[in-house]
Amino acid sequence: MSQSTVDVPPKGGFSFDLCKRNDMLTQKGLKAPSFLKTGTTIVGLIFKDGVILGADTRATEGPIVADKNCEKIHYMAPNIYCCGAGTAADTEAVTDMVSSQLRLHRYQTGRDSRVITALTLLKKHLFSYQGHVSAALVLGGVDITGPHLHTIYPHGSTDTLPFATMGSGSLAAMSVFEAKYKEGLTRDEGIKLVAESICSGIFNDLGSGSNVDICVITKGNKEYLRNYMEPNPRTYVSSKGYSFTKKTEVLLTKITPLLERVEITEVGEAMEE
Amino acid sequence: MTTFTVPIDNGDSVRIAEEESQRTLYPYVTGTSIVAIKYKDGVLMASDMGGSYGSTLRYKNIERVKAIGKHSLLGASGEISDFQEILRYLDELTLNDNMWDDGNSLGPKEIHNYLTRVMYNRRNKFNPLWNTLVLGGVKNGKSYLGMVSMIGVSFEDDHVATGFGNHLARPILRDEWHADLSFEDGVKLLEKCMRVLLYRDRSAINKLQIAKITEEGVTVSQPYSLKTFWEFSSFHNPTAGAEGSW
Repeated sequence: MSQSTVDVPPKGGFSFDLCKRNDMLTQKGLKAPSFLKTGTTIVGLIFKDGVILGADTRATEGPIVADKNCEKIHYMAPNIYCCGAGTAADTEAVTDMVSSQLRLHRYQTGRDSRVITALTLLKKHLFSYQGHVSAALVLGGVDITGPHLHTIYPHGSTDTLPFATMGSGSLAAMSVFEAKYKEGLTRDEGIKLVAESICSGIFNDLGSGSNVDICVITKGNKEYLRNYMEPNPRTYVSSKGYSFTKKTEVLLTKITPLLERVEITEVGEAMEE
Repeated sequence: MTTFTVPIDNGDSVRIAEEESQRTLYPYVTGTSIVAIKYKDGVLMASDMGGSYGSTLRYKNIERVKAIGKHSLLGASGEISDFQEILRYLDELTLNDNMWDDGNSLGPKEIHNYLTRVMYNRRNKFNPLWNTLVLGGVKNGKSYLGMVSMIGVSFEDDHVATGFGNHLARPILRDEWHADLSFEDGVKLLEKCMRVLLYRDRSAINKLQIAKITEEGVTVSQPYSLKTFWEFSSFHNPTAGAEGSW
C-alpha cells in the first residue's frame, strides 16, 4: 500500500485547516489574540445633491490610542468613497483590493464605476470569509444612476439607507441623526449634521476621538475635507520648550576604511566524472 | 457536605454548585431604559411601560416609575420582580420612619443612600437585585437626581439614563440640557430621547409615561404614545438605482 501524499496547492480562499486546532486550544483555555480595532464612529448621509461621509480619526489598540489622526475614509473610485470600521488591516486591505478591481473594471468597460459594483464586490468578498474579515463599511458615492449610500456588515449583509452609522460610536451618532435628519438637506446643513454626529461619537464614545474628517460627493465632483474640524487641539504647550542634556562633545574622530576587496582566483580541479 | 466551587464569571450568569441555587443568575422579565433630567422646578422622569420576557413583549402595562414618600420618585430598569421587592423594602423603611412621628420625612438623598447600601451589599453576596435604579426628588427646594446600578455604582448628576438610554439618550442630553429648563422644554427634551430609543431599542414600546416631581408633590402622567416618522423616500424604495441589492 503506497502512502504518497501529493502536496496540492490551496485553490485560494480561506483555509479552514487550523480551525479544529483553534477550537481545541480555546477549549483548553487559551485566549485568542485580539485584533487592532479602529473603535470608530463613521457616518454617511444622503442630501439634496449627493452623499456626505464622515469619520473620526482615532485608531485604538485595546486601551491605547495607536494613531491620533488616521484616515478612515478610503478612496474607491473618483466618485465613490468608503468609510471603514473594525479591524484596521481588514478595512484597508479590503477597500484597497476592491478599489483596484474597480479600476481594472473601468478600463475594461470604459465607463465610470457604479456604487452597486463596489457594493457587490465587497459583499461577495466579506461573505465568503464568513465574518472573519472584520470590516464594517459605509459606502457612498454618486454615479450615473444617482447618489447611493450603503452599509456593509462583516458577515456580508448590506443595507441601503438615507443615513447610516457604524462603529463603536454608532449609537451616539445615530441618536443625533434620528433626532435631526430631514430629507432634502442642503450641502451646508448636511455637513453640519454630519460633523455634529461625529462629534457626538467623539465626545461620548471612548473608542472614537481626535478630529472629524468629511467627504462630500456630488455629481461630477468630490471634496475630501481632511480634518474638517479639530475639536481636540493640544491646548498646553510648555513655554520652556524642550531642553536636551548638555552639549555633546566630540572626543575622537576615527575613520576606518573598509578592507579592499580581494579577488581570489583559484584554479580548481576539474570535476571528476 | 456541599462542595463550593469558586464562581467563574461567564458573561451574565455565574456557575455555582447545585445546592446553592437561591441566587439571581439572570433576569427574566425586564424593563428597558429610564431617562431623567433636572429642570427648573424639580425632576422629570420618562419611561415606557413595557416588560419583556426575553425577546417576547409580554407585559405592556408596567409602571416602572413610582412615588416614594412625599419627596422622591424611583424609576427602575431591569428585573421587574426585583423592582417590586425594592418597593417593599422602601415601604417598610418609610413606615418605620413614619412611626417616629416627629414631622421628618425621608428625602431623596436618604433614600438614594439606603438603596446604594442595599444594592452593594447584595452584590457582595453574589445575589444582586438585577436593576438599575434612578432616584429623583425635591426636598426643601433642592432637587436631587441620582442613579444606582446592580453592582452598587452610585452617583448624582443633572441628567441620567439607564440601559440603552446611556448610549442613545445621554449624547443628546449632554448637548442640549441646560439648567433651569421650563416644564415644556424638559418634556420636549425627554420626548426627543424617548423617540430615538423607540426607533433604535428593540425592547422599547410606544407607550410612555412622564413623571414629574416638584416641591408640591408627584404627578405621573397618563400613558401616551409618540408620533413617529417613516416616510423617508429611501425607506419606501431602498433598491431604487441599485437593482437586485438589498
